[in-house]
Order: sequence, then C-alpha cells, then structure tokens
Amino acid sequence: MPEQTTAQVLTHVSDEAHVKRIWKAFWILLILTVLELGLGLVIYQLDKGDPSPWLILFIKGVITIFTVAKAFYIISIFMHLGDEIRSMMLSLAIPATLFIWFIIAFLADGNSFRNLRNTDAGSRIYIEQKVHHHYVPPVVPAEKSDKKLD
Amino acid sequence: METAVAQAKTKLWTGGKSPFNVSYGKLMMWYFLLSDSFTFGAFLISYGSIRFSQNYWVDHNAVFNSFPGFEANLPLAFVSLMTFILIFSSVTMVLAVHEGHKMNQKGVEKWLFLTILGGLAFLGCQSIEWTHLITHTHPVLVDGVLENWGTTMSHNPWGPHVMFNGAMVATPGPVAFGGYFFGITGFHGFHVTCGVIINIIMFIKTKRGDFQMRGHYEMIEKAGLYWHFVDLVWVFVFLCFYLI
Repeated sequence: MPEQTTAQVLTHVSDEAHVKRIWKAFWILLILTVLELGLGLVIYQLDKGDPSPWLILFIKGVITIFTVAKAFYIISIFMHLGDEIRSMMLSLAIPATLFIWFIIAFLADGNSFRNLRNTDAGSRIYIEQKVHHHYVPPVVPAEKSDKKLD
Repeated sequence: METAVAQAKTKLWTGGKSPFNVSYGKLMMWYFLLSDSFTFGAFLISYGSIRFSQNYWVDHNAVFNSFPGFEANLPLAFVSLMTFILIFSSVTMVLAVHEGHKMNQKGVEKWLFLTILGGLAFLGCQSIEWTHLITHTHPVLVDGVLENWGTTMSHNPWGPHVMFNGAMVATPGPVAFGGYFFGITGFHGFHVTCGVIINIIMFIKTKRGDFQMRGHYEMIEKAGLYWHFVDLVWVFVFLCFYLI
C-alpha cells in the first residue's frame, strides 16, 4: 500500500513537471514573438527616416535568429522530438541540412539575376535610384481617382 | 562490455521491434512532415529568390497595416493576433496529447475542442485579411492614369511612389508579390483546414471512446504532430512575409 502511494506521487510529480515544461515553452514562444514584433516595429519606425541598410539587415538577422529559436522549441518540446532516440532525430535532422544549401544557393541566384539585369550582364554600371519606400498618403481622394487626369 | 553494446545494436535492427523506438505510423508522420517542410521550403525560398532579384519590393508595414474595426494605421497588429492564436492552439494540442498519455478521455476532449476553436479562429482571421487585401483598393498611377487597384495575384498597388499632379502616388509594384503571398498563405491555410478536419475526426473518435477501447491515444499524438507542424510553418511564413 505505501509503495502504491509513492508510485502515484511520483507519476503525479513527473506529470506536473511535464505540464510545467509545456507552459514554459509556450511562454518562451510568446516572449520571442513579442520581441520579434518589437523589432518589426523598430524597423517600421526607422524606415520613416533614412536608415543604414546594414542596420536594417542586422535587425532582420536578429529576428531570423529568434524565429529559428522558436522553431527549435516547437520541434523539441511540442513535437517531443527531443525525447526521441538519437538515430531517429538524425534521420530527420540530416536530410533537413539540405536547407542550408537550398537557401544560400537560391538567394545567391536571385541576387545574381538582379545584378545581371541592372548592368545588362555587366556591360554598364548600375546607378541606384532613390525610391520612396514608405507609404505616403495620396492627396487625390480615392473615389475621384479612377477618372482620367492629365 | 563492448560486445554487449554491439550485440544490443545489431539486435535493434534484426526485427521484432522498432529500431527508432517509435511506432510505424508516428515515424511515417515525421517523414511526411519532413517532405512537406521541403514543399513549403521550396515555396518560401523561391519567394526569397524572386525578392532578391528585384530592385524594389513592397513595404509589408504599409500592406498589412489594418485591423478589422479600426481605421487607424496599425502595422503588424492583426497578424500578431493570428500568430498568438496559432501558438495558443499549439499549446492546447500538446496538452490534449498529454491527457491522452494519462488515458484521460475528458481531458483530451476539452483540449482538442479548444484546439479546433483556435484553428477555426485562425482561418477566420485569414479570410478577413484576404478579403481586405483583395477588395480594399488603392490609387495607382498606371501609364499616366490613376486607377484603383486591390492587391491580387495580378495587381500590386504597392510600388514606389512618384510625384504626380503635385501629390505622391504609388506605381504598380512587382506582380510576383500577390502570387507568392496568396499562394503561400493559401497553401498554409489549406494545411490548417486539413488540420481542423483531422482534429474534428479525432474529437469525434475520442467522444465515441474509440481510443479508450484501443488502449492508447496514439492517433491524437499523430494529429498533434501535424498540427504543430502547421504552427511551425506559420512561424516561417510570419517571418518571410510580415517581419523581414
């Protein structure tokens, strides 16, 4: 009889610990999302001025790292992959490393495509034009605007 | 000692038990999700590739700045709500799986029901967002004429602004934006829809006591894996379209 009670207490404790771990992962995900949103709004505010593209790239890099951290928590805690045996994890993790090549190769490809187009395949120099990036409210009212103006 | 370990290792693969210590169904769900992650990955990376090839891309803070019921400029607000809904429904799903481990039918029912509600709420938000994007038009300068364009697969009113008749007016933006946005969020929404249907089937089967009779709730675990994957994909869709 006393043994049974101990066993019950033990399962109860491990059960509580498990639920605690789930909620902890939830709060981590929530905090990371809020941080991402905060940084997103920082970019929004910076874009109103004339920010250094490197600063924007840096903030976007930090957001991406937060996203990867969120993915890690979802996979390891929510999907319980962290509790599976090593060979099972590797059978998923090794194929997934293809993404490293996939992302680098295709973003580089897109970048090269832009350079080729901008310079007519290297035959001229590209001068970057300043475009108005952020939204400027139109002065023309929307309902009048579909008739022809000259 | 070493021979004992080696023997144990060879015995792992000689049949009679799962070498990965998971059931066949669960392992195949994992491999399906791996392949599905490559489908989504291909879509998102192709979007990145096209975006890198353009000199100008849309300003997402200008496109996604509305919240239903509010006139104000609220960048990121509505999509944050959608993200929170999906994260929360992921937690309720993992709690349903946990109750399943304890063979607690009432607990599974409760958390699974909340998960279904979360999924439906997310889909509702997405349909509101799509409707707003498609039907809400913006003035665009097209060949010297002002037109009103909604954001669709073929029209992008979010291009660079130019001076026109003394006012700043948008020009057409890269047309690929609509296709990628509606294509990828639509494919994700399709996954959410499937997830909701699967969860409803699981809910009915739980209610009927099928899993109680079977002696385990592994089907809930498999449905859970799929549901978490949907959340996982959203984390990346959220990153690629709304944050960077």
